[in-house]
Amino acid sequence: MDKVSKGVRLENVSKIYTDPKTGKDFKAVDSISLDIAPGSFVTLLGPSGCGKTTTLRMIAGFESPDEGEVYLGEQAINALTPDKRDTAMVFQSYALFPHYNVFDNVAYGLKLRGVGKEEIKNRVHAILDLVELEGMDARMTNQLSGGQQQRVALARALVVEPSVLLFDEPLSNLDAKLRVSMRTEIRKIQQKVGITAIYVTHDQSEAMSLSDQIIIMNKGVIAQIGTPQDIYYHPSSEFVADFIGEVSFLKGVVRDTRDNKNIIAVGASELAVPAYQHLENGKDCTLVLRPEALSVADEGALPCEIVLSTFMGHYQNYHVTVDGALVKVTVFNPKNKKIYKAGEKAYLAVENDSIHVL
Amino acid sequence: MSRSKSAQLDRKKLFADPILVSTIVLLLVFLILFIVYPLFVLLIDSVYVKGEGFSMETFRRILDMDRFRKAFSNTLVLGGITGILSTVIGLLFAYVDCYMKVRSKVLKRLFDVVSVLPVVSPPFVLSLSAIMLFGRSGIITRTILHIYDANIYGLNGIVIVQTLTFFPVCYLMLKGLLKNIDPSLEEAARDMGASRWKVFTTVTLPLLLPGLGNAFLVTFIEAVADFANPMLIGGSYDTLATTIYLQVTGALDTTGAAAMSCVLLSLTMVLFLLQKYYLERKTASTLTGKASRERMLITDKSVTRPLTIFCAAVAAFVVMMYIMIPFGALFKLWGRNYSLTLKWFKYVFDYGGMNAFKSSVVLSLIAAPITAILSMIIAYLVVKKKFRSKWFIEFVSILAMAVPGTVLGVGFIRGYSGGLFRTGLLQGLYGTGAILVIVFIVRSLPVGTRSGIAALRQIDKSIEESAYDLGANSGRVFMTVTLPLIKDSFFSGLVTAFVRSITAISAIILLVTPQFVLITCKINEFAEKGSFGVACAYATILIAIVYAAILLMNLFMRFFGTSKKITEVE
Repeated sequence: MDKVSKGVRLENVSKIYTDPKTGKDFKAVDSISLDIAPGSFVTLLGPSGCGKTTTLRMIAGFESPDEGEVYLGEQAINALTPDKRDTAMVFQSYALFPHYNVFDNVAYGLKLRGVGKEEIKNRVHAILDLVELEGMDARMTNQLSGGQQQRVALARALVVEPSVLLFDEPLSNLDAKLRVSMRTEIRKIQQKVGITAIYVTHDQSEAMSLSDQIIIMNKGVIAQIGTPQDIYYHPSSEFVADFIGEVSFLKGVVRDTRDNKNIIAVGASELAVPAYQHLENGKDCTLVLRPEALSVADEGALPCEIVLSTFMGHYQNYHVTVDGALVKVTVFNPKNKKIYKAGEKAYLAVENDSIHVL
Repeated sequence: MSRSKSAQLDRKKLFADPILVSTIVLLLVFLILFIVYPLFVLLIDSVYVKGEGFSMETFRRILDMDRFRKAFSNTLVLGGITGILSTVIGLLFAYVDCYMKVRSKVLKRLFDVVSVLPVVSPPFVLSLSAIMLFGRSGIITRTILHIYDANIYGLNGIVIVQTLTFFPVCYLMLKGLLKNIDPSLEEAARDMGASRWKVFTTVTLPLLLPGLGNAFLVTFIEAVADFANPMLIGGSYDTLATTIYLQVTGALDTTGAAAMSCVLLSLTMVLFLLQKYYLERKTASTLTGKASRERMLITDKSVTRPLTIFCAAVAAFVVMMYIMIPFGALFKLWGRNYSLTLKWFKYVFDYGGMNAFKSSVVLSLIAAPITAILSMIIAYLVVKKKFRSKWFIEFVSILAMAVPGTVLGVGFIRGYSGGLFRTGLLQGLYGTGAILVIVFIVRSLPVGTRSGIAALRQIDKSIEESAYDLGANSGRVFMTVTLPLIKDSFFSGLVTAFVRSITAISAIILLVTPQFVLITCKINEFAEKGSFGVACAYATILIAIVYAAILLMNLFMRFFGTSKKITEVE
């Protein structure tokens, strides 16, 4: 693509809706600010009702913000209608025109732009090649599988060479297997054409595998922005930690900081974790424990009792209690390892480097 | 917290779309000029006396009239009886259709025919044939039963005819609701030990109750607003609609008629609002679910036999009444001489019939496409767009449904005979074909809008958004995406508008001039005079025209319809 992709900036953008039941106004999006770099792939991730789709639709122009300003590149675009904005959206329902065939669907945006007949033909065919739908141009959309329809929707958005590509949960109508292969496809195509992409999803694995940056939203505000690794290893809140991946929490108290380690008391025991963040002595804190960073052993940092022990094939799944709190543990490749049964007492062994403290 | 900024931005975006803005403005002008203004004038007329200012004098005057008071109570009685009977018969039909195993294909077909006949037939055809069957020279009363002083005229006659005309509407409404009742609800009750009757009274009926209320009110309004049937078969039983008509044409008292119209309008309006904003919502909230699976149909003969026989008899009777009409036109002298003749048809064409057909067809042909396009545009704006005056456009165009034709007719007389507010502005409109076309449009607009709204709600919002997003403006989106997707609904709206226009009478009869004689007025004229042969000949040709229009639509849809493609997607 010859065209230079543009970034997207949101400055203190809010959107107010009226709850149809109570008649009260509430902020569906609450003064969020974002700066999305040109050419990057950014995911808006969050539970339903967190404001991610509203945010995307404000960027597309279908909704108007109540506060703040949306910028495309350097241009403020609040007052522009969707047809005047240089964005193209891929919809959850694909939104293909049922009365057009594949070619006409893809050519629609080009015709509106007054592109010549011959060029339309070339560009449509080039883009259909890119999404691996060559030879399908005469099909009606209802003769296509879900995955193929999704590719047409993507081609239709790509062919107009927008500055920004918007995705509104595009894969949620596909079956699990297709979803995985389509998301690799989408990432590959996005990198190939180097276009800015903003992608809304509630599926964390989609967000992890696609994004340069993930923006986690909750109740209309941004909970955290970061790379997938940042967000997984260093979540900024219990909400984020819990939303991404499996997690258990342990309450503790910060005892001391020495040798670049924070000493944290959990019940009667103590744990030393790397001090990459400043923690105040005597403060209550929460340990974020990923199950794959833990194992059950005959000796270790924290005494525990096994509550549940389940063989899952490639891992052994434990639920243990530590100081009364439930902790999930997965031990991979359990074949030649000692298996503990429910009711047994043991120790929780921790890879100290992998513990994050809130 | 304030939503003013987004509202302001939405407005800005709206005004960036000149086609959209000018469409909205034109619509507003049309609705205000031809629906709001005529009704408003009626109100002014009845509370403002020239030289005296505001007074209730006119209302006092009509309230003093015995005729008016009688007509008022007559109207309520008629609406109540017709409403109840139509709802009950409609329910029986719907129940048989949805719950019973009916093997006979003929019966299914009969149900279908009965459900469309009243929609496509001229409003008073049933009155005509009721008179020919049960009247003084009725084929049943006189020829078969040898009763020479039979009297079908009056309340009984109107109730029979209206019930047979309106129950199919209830049938279709209730059928839609019954289909939405999840069979597992009833199976659960049955499973817990309820008998079939108990299931009906404790599950089906309570779920259906708001729907029944809805059906009752819809028929009540129709019955109360009906002009042609009471006119023809009412005899001395005057209703508000006929009284208003007589007040204009007989007593030449248009202010009195205006006040009466206000009374009738308030009645239908209140009921309509009740139906639309209370019962319809309640129906939607109790019956939202789609049936999860096929219903086990009732096969018990002791239940199915009496009900199917009853429904079959009613349906057959309705069909027979329609068949009466062409025969009425072919017999030499109804009640006396049943030898075949074409003299009534000849009479029709010898005495200005061609003129009536020409004006009816031409005016309806002009009105139909305008109505179809207008209603689609209104539906599009209502369903897909956000703007300030939207509620007004929706409210007025749907509300027009509750305006009885007679009331609208009087409104047009008072509002346009002297020009806008008697200033002479637009006076040229009065007495022309244009005003008839406008009345046709206003009368069909609510139906078209309603079906357009239903069709548009079926279309996934994101299909249009994607076109918009790719750079199409509103006009472009409407022409390239929306319209092709609702083509079917558009054509059926076109034909419905044509049929409604060509069969209209209530509003029109007050506005016709000798220059534009319409078929329906002719039928009314000859039926009043007792010349049933001529009336039937006119009615037969009218039915033929309507039937041809519907055939044409079906043919067209078979070849150019788009709905097939869309349904396959889902």
